Amino acid sequence: MDKRLERILPRVQKPARYVGGEYNAVMKDKVQVDTRVAFCFPDTYEIGMSNLGMRILYGVMNNMEGVWCERSFHPWGDMEEEMRRAGIPLYALESGDPVGEFDIVAFSVGYEMAFPAILNMLDLAGIPIRASERTALTPLVIAGGTAMYNCEPIADFLDLALEGEGEELLVELLTLFRTAKREGWDKETFLCKAAQLDGVYVPSFYEVDYNDDGTVHAITPTHGAPAKVRKRIMQDMDAAYYPVKTIVPSTEIVQDRITLELFRGCIRGCRFCQAGYVYRPVRNRSKELLVRYAKEAVEDSGYQEMTLSSLSTSDYRPLVDLCDDLEDFCAEKHLNLSLPSLRADNFSMALMERLQKGRKTGLTFAPEAGTQRLRDAINKNLTEDDLLASCRRAFAGGYSAVKLYFMLGLPTETDEDVLGIADVAAHVMHAWRESAANKTRGVRITVSTSWFVPKAHTAFQWEPQIPIEEYERRVALLRERMNTKTVTYNWHPSPTSFMEAVISRGDRRMCRVLETAFRMGAKLDAWEEYFSLERWMEAFAACGLDPHFYANRVREPGEVLPWSHIDVGVDERFLQRERERAYQGVTTPDCRTQCNGCGANRLIGRACDG
Amino acid sequence: MAKLRLLFIKEAQASYISHLDLMRTFQRVFPRAGLALRHSQGFHPHPLISIVLPLPVGQSSECELLDFDVLQETDGAGVAEALNTGLPAGLRVRACYPAARPARELAFLRARLELDYDAGVPAGAADALRALFARGEVLVEKRTKHKELASINVIPLLRETAWTQGENLLTGEIVCRAQDPGLNPALLAQAAERYLPELAPNFARVRRLELYDAEGNVFR
Repeated sequence: MDKRLERILPRVQKPARYVGGEYNAVMKDKVQVDTRVAFCFPDTYEIGMSNLGMRILYGVMNNMEGVWCERSFHPWGDMEEEMRRAGIPLYALESGDPVGEFDIVAFSVGYEMAFPAILNMLDLAGIPIRASERTALTPLVIAGGTAMYNCEPIADFLDLALEGEGEELLVELLTLFRTAKREGWDKETFLCKAAQLDGVYVPSFYEVDYNDDGTVHAITPTHGAPAKVRKRIMQDMDAAYYPVKTIVPSTEIVQDRITLELFRGCIRGCRFCQAGYVYRPVRNRSKELLVRYAKEAVEDSGYQEMTLSSLSTSDYRPLVDLCDDLEDFCAEKHLNLSLPSLRADNFSMALMERLQKGRKTGLTFAPEAGTQRLRDAINKNLTEDDLLASCRRAFAGGYSAVKLYFMLGLPTETDEDVLGIADVAAHVMHAWRESAANKTRGVRITVSTSWFVPKAHTAFQWEPQIPIEEYERRVALLRERMNTKTVTYNWHPSPTSFMEAVISRGDRRMCRVLETAFRMGAKLDAWEEYFSLERWMEAFAACGLDPHFYANRVREPGEVLPWSHIDVGVDERFLQRERERAYQGVTTPDCRTQCNGCGANRLIGRACDG
Repeated sequence: MAKLRLLFIKEAQASYISHLDLMRTFQRVFPRAGLALRHSQGFHPHPLISIVLPLPVGQSSECELLDFDVLQETDGAGVAEALNTGLPAGLRVRACYPAARPARELAFLRARLELDYDAGVPAGAADALRALFARGEVLVEKRTKHKELASINVIPLLRETAWTQGENLLTGEIVCRAQDPGLNPALLAQAAERYLPELAPNFARVRRLELYDAEGNVFR
């Protein structure tokens, strides 16, 4: 181990996250490989190692002979300070080698607030942050992940972005890169060829012009790049790689368990939900394969907890059968199954009995809105009767804690909708009184509200976020109505949600703001410890841009959106129609009831949900 | 059912795994080797494993002990080999055997304390340290379980100290009490710094070498 590192590690919190060496970490001989990838996660180890996408792609890349993919995470503030003081650059956990020496520096980016961390990691690695300052082929700085569906705010810093799922695309890109390296191509030659791969977006090959009012006038491709970059998907989930042999961290991480991915996509079509649109179409893994993966992963890792994961787990058709098939195995291995993302309308008694065999935890439902009118407007397609029936079943089955998640500031929301949240909580309370199996233990009902952030590629991408004063007024209104002791009301004062609204629909001019904020100290801005609204406002002022232009403005239909050259497979006309239906309070049935023609099935060339 | 004990090495990267994380790590290691840990009874069953003498984070050791109960009938034969195929870097099992002696019979430990001096070990440093630890009282500050600072005299807890002086490294071989109360050998570096400020090292490194019972026999 580096002597400098040995000296600083005893002084930092949780040093185990900075040393690697975990079970199943992939070690290769660097002399035997020709391409080294530093797979960077712009957040801490505990968050990054909890990310299934990261684990999948780590496996995919390391399965390529001649390629060694290593990991690097953003150090916590104390470690960063020590590293900078000791002159230790950002390094990869497997070899301990500086990230700046790698061929490819690849970021996995799930959310906008991680953008400053990308710049800080590049800086810590000693890599020039602007793509234009990096003239050589290596290190090539690339990024993928959900946040790349609008990567304009960091476009100037990336050599290329990968749109969609990376299992196949990364292999194609690495193959091309190895040819480039072997044949000595220059960076532009490589980028020109890479831009021809489906799903590769080379930001520097697109010219963006603006209107006088600051909106985008046109996005023009150059260098033969496609006018629209269409996202990539795995067409057949049964053929998609699943990491049964996965790294078991030696220190506790956020999701310290096996994550079994049941399916991708979501049949529901909630109008606010970016994941619901960008992960389309729905593709299932077969139950038999899942059972096999689950057993192999548990046996290899020794984990005693497993999450059945997806955007809406109770929509997996053979879910109860899957749990049945795993039942004996779970009992034998003391394995605890957890099922997040259950819907309150199809949460069954059979499922609950499965859950009760393990440790009984609280239940969480997300009605999102307080009245049926608003739930219809956002297409949540959940009735209060469904929710209450589920709660009754849970209470009768012995559960005594329910968490309810809502959003404030959804399009068309009125005070009546806000107060409706308190009514829902009161009705859940009433349901407990009626049906609790054991009233002596009492009940805990937790209501949490967050500040709605309109996102790109959703039906609400044209909508303004409500101003902070209005958000706080609605919180105060609701808080006054929440006066029962058994109901705890949590709300976030979070200015982070405002900045998220600004950045998530930002354009390329925002790169300057991002760089300015980074120079002023922005880094782990997804963390309250590091986020500073004042710093962001100052950075915007310094760049002559108005954050409210991005967060609080209604975008007119027909406006060229900064992300309009990125095609997630869902037609813009479909999103427009969904928005109109929201204002009419008309729901759209789920994709299983009827195909609504969003267009995403063209990505697989057959009906989805197979 | 069998009560077994592991003798293992914890070094390099693994020396940064904290006590709780090490417990968690081992809970996962045993099932990988096909061993079913016995679980406690009760509302929240947990696997029965315990680390005999937790090692401070950052220190390395050649002689860590871990007690565990398995459902299988076994004397531990083959367990070390099976475990060693699935351990994080820096952990290696040396032996596995029935836990015959109770942990409370562990009385002393031998450790090596290495003090780094980047500008060279000051002349006469070893002699100065010999003299220091020959005193009747050498006080150091230690955090208690309640996070308060307590002053403790290290002399009654020390059994042997031997110092050798190299070019950039001053090495102490220390035998000290292991428990009730034990002494963290790193505190001797703190003592040196406090009483002999000119001997403040650039870095102090500790490696546990051996464990003994009250009679001075190796404890297994």
